Amino acid sequence: MVQLSTLPSLLPTLPLHWQNIIPTSAKRLLAVVEIDLNQALHFEKTLLRLWSVDELGTTIGITQTSSDGSELHWEIDADAYLKLNDHAGVGHLSLYSKSGLIQTWHFTLAINVLISQFRDSFVQRKELAKDALVIQANSDLSNICPACQSPIPVNQSTCIVCDPETEVPPSTLTLFKLWRFAKPYKKDLLLGFILTLLSTAATLVPPYISMPLMDDVLIPFQTSQVMNYELAGMYLGGLLLAALFAWGLGWWKTYILALVSERIGMELRTKTFEHLIHLSLEYFGAKRTGDLMARIGNETDRICIFLSLHLLDFLTDMLMLFMTAAILISIDPLLALVTLLPLPFIAWMIHFVRDKLRYGFEKVDRNWSEVNNVLSDTIPGIRVVKAFAQEDRENKRFIAANQRNLEVNDRVNRIWSSFAPTVTLLTEVGLLVVWGFGIYQVSSDHITVGVLTAFLAYISRFYGRMDSMSRIVSHTQKAAAGAKRVFDILDHESSVPDTKNPVALPTVIRGQIDLTNVGFRYGNRAVTKGINLNIQPGEMIGLVGHSGSGKSTLVNLICRFYDVSEGSVKIDGIDVRDIATLDLRQLFGMVLQEPFLFFGTIAENIAYGKPNATRAEVVQAAKAANAHDFILRLPLGYDSLVGERGQSLSGGERQRISIARALLIDPKILILDEATSSVDTTTEKEIQKALDNLVKGRTTLAIAHRLSTLRKADRLIVLDKGEIIEVGNHDELMAVEGTYFNLYQAQARHAAEIAQEVI
Amino acid sequence: MPQRLRKRLFESLMMNFLLNKDAFGNIRLDLSSGESYEQVKVIRAFPISHPDDGFSITDQDGHELVWFESLSELNAENQAIVKSSLEQIEFIPVIQAITGLNSYALPSIWDIQTDRGLTKLKLKTEQDIRRVSSEALLITDANGIQYLIKNRKILDKFSKKVLDRFM
Repeated sequence: MVQLSTLPSLLPTLPLHWQNIIPTSAKRLLAVVEIDLNQALHFEKTLLRLWSVDELGTTIGITQTSSDGSELHWEIDADAYLKLNDHAGVGHLSLYSKSGLIQTWHFTLAINVLISQFRDSFVQRKELAKDALVIQANSDLSNICPACQSPIPVNQSTCIVCDPETEVPPSTLTLFKLWRFAKPYKKDLLLGFILTLLSTAATLVPPYISMPLMDDVLIPFQTSQVMNYELAGMYLGGLLLAALFAWGLGWWKTYILALVSERIGMELRTKTFEHLIHLSLEYFGAKRTGDLMARIGNETDRICIFLSLHLLDFLTDMLMLFMTAAILISIDPLLALVTLLPLPFIAWMIHFVRDKLRYGFEKVDRNWSEVNNVLSDTIPGIRVVKAFAQEDRENKRFIAANQRNLEVNDRVNRIWSSFAPTVTLLTEVGLLVVWGFGIYQVSSDHITVGVLTAFLAYISRFYGRMDSMSRIVSHTQKAAAGAKRVFDILDHESSVPDTKNPVALPTVIRGQIDLTNVGFRYGNRAVTKGINLNIQPGEMIGLVGHSGSGKSTLVNLICRFYDVSEGSVKIDGIDVRDIATLDLRQLFGMVLQEPFLFFGTIAENIAYGKPNATRAEVVQAAKAANAHDFILRLPLGYDSLVGERGQSLSGGERQRISIARALLIDPKILILDEATSSVDTTTEKEIQKALDNLVKGRTTLAIAHRLSTLRKADRLIVLDKGEIIEVGNHDELMAVEGTYFNLYQAQARHAAEIAQEVI
Repeated sequence: MPQRLRKRLFESLMMNFLLNKDAFGNIRLDLSSGESYEQVKVIRAFPISHPDDGFSITDQDGHELVWFESLSELNAENQAIVKSSLEQIEFIPVIQAITGLNSYALPSIWDIQTDRGLTKLKLKTEQDIRRVSSEALLITDANGIQYLIKNRKILDKFSKKVLDRFM
């Protein structure tokens, strides 16, 4: 018997608000979980505790404490067990004894992982009580999610409970991460900043010159009627010179900063893409294609525009504000104060109106996408619409979406149309204040007319920029959100990391595969468990089973698209985790259910895995794949364009190209994942012929739904719920009359029925 | 039960199936044809639009065994079994008010008051708010729980404002 104290300390601590309710005598705590629904499925916290009744921990009990402090106890006998199931977002944990149901607890799936941990420790403790086994610390759960404190399984890189990527709202600070990409352009950025400083200063010169122009040229002329042409010419020359300077410097500055920001944008885009394509399949499985495309395409562009336009404008405006303030104060502090006083108020007003508008515009965007949705629904589905004569209905749907769009737009336009006049009004009011105070100051001889005109020139220039300055907040927010989404990709670490000390592969690979006690878990769901399989070089293995039985998972583990949670996968005795990813993938050739052709010529597609292949090699591969003849029938032969925007090929033709692709790289191990299931039987025969060429002399793993295609397999592996249940060749398995027999019979019957109907 | 007796029993009940619950909380279904199934499930066919019309009894794997239109076709005992079974699995809290939120930026966590008490809801994207009718909304939170808003037009001002922001 093992003392509790010798057990690894995984002892739980109580959540803080329960520490007052639970008496301190609640010792010998084994596991604790706070469930969030009560018996009537209302939101109420209840605490479940698992504790040992005696010191040795041989008898255990469960206590339920409600939020009002009332408690229920159960002592658990050896036959008791817990069951976990869920439906529509609610999970149920039921405690059974030998004679029936004792209690069911309900919870939302938000705490599903915590509940399964509770259940696990229940199972472990019960085994301990029965066999006095030492519980091993669960090494799987060594990582803890920083966001929600729940454990992260080893083969997953992100938390499965909270997905921290979406947990944290974007912070403007994310933008500072961009510095990593800006660093190589430090010198250009500094030059750009100096130029900005100079060009801004240059634009501030003309109003300053207007001051002496007024005081020393125009006003003396009014009194003396003598025009000082020489002085006037000098000032006008100064004005022109300042304008030219501002023009030249502005040009240079904009050019340099645009160059830099475009380069930063490109760097960001290419780095993100490079990182993305090296991430594991698991990551792609969890993300939508459109979303990833948008992140790399639009978001990086938005950041680029933010840097080159909005941020630059804002900086210029800020510099202008400070310089103007400095100049004004140096000329006349009191008037400067009055002039600058309304500024913050006006800025706030503009920001307020703009804020209101922002959400309005977001609404418009959302509604606009709804209008688009109707279109993208209806137009591709036009045959269905017409077949059921539902044109009117679709039309009404479109009108309704547009009607809503109109309503939202009307509301926005009410505010929007008042926006420009409001800015003008505020500007006028600000100017009015300066005029009023200025006239008073002139009349009391504190300032000259020239000073007043200079002030007015400075300030009217400034109010105009107010609007664009107020936009910086929303631009920054948008850019920060974009930056966060991009950095989410960049900061994501691959869950199948490349090994640091790769084992060099021998020059001749035999193609032997050994799976030892392989288990794989996705989230808290075990997909495969305890798989042992030795595949001899050159052997053809057929994987059979219902969908979801773990066939594809097994293949993915062998190719190391995912890493195993337990056990090991070895190729020629070397663990796949010790082989450099690049070397490993070169061992495999793959033919998938949906052959993917990239945009390009047929020859390029066949040579995808070996771009330096000779034309003769390509043709040879195509011939072996039974593709040569149909390729020659195409108008441009091997140079016909296929893929997304290219020549349309039938499913069987595409499949044969992908077989040629696999043949060309001459892989040691071949994976056929439902290679013939998407084509009709005649085409299947043709493909089968091509496949037979491919299989020769290679270790082959074939997944097929149609069992007839696996007749040639040396061994068939029947999988069910992630476990191997039958192994043997076709005749052996038929003789056993087990799962394979049933599957085969069902398919044969189905085929016979179809044949009957045809006749 | 002999065939003849069974036939008479079902005739007297004016039903062609019978439900029973055992000590494990499992429901057994007996059909007048003589077949019986363990651990069956009761499911509403239209849980939102027509909750009281259309029920299905399925086996463990979800294959339908019996369909009935309304609870009134069942005897009182069976009605009770169906109701208690549905209560165990049905969970669509009705939002009565939104009392607070952490941010207007997504993902947004709302404090909500429902007919089942106070809780928090995490909205991942705006598409998770679905219009069921012109007044009713169905909101799916990040954990897959569905929340119903029966009539968004009679909510309080703050709740309306929050909803408006995301719709």
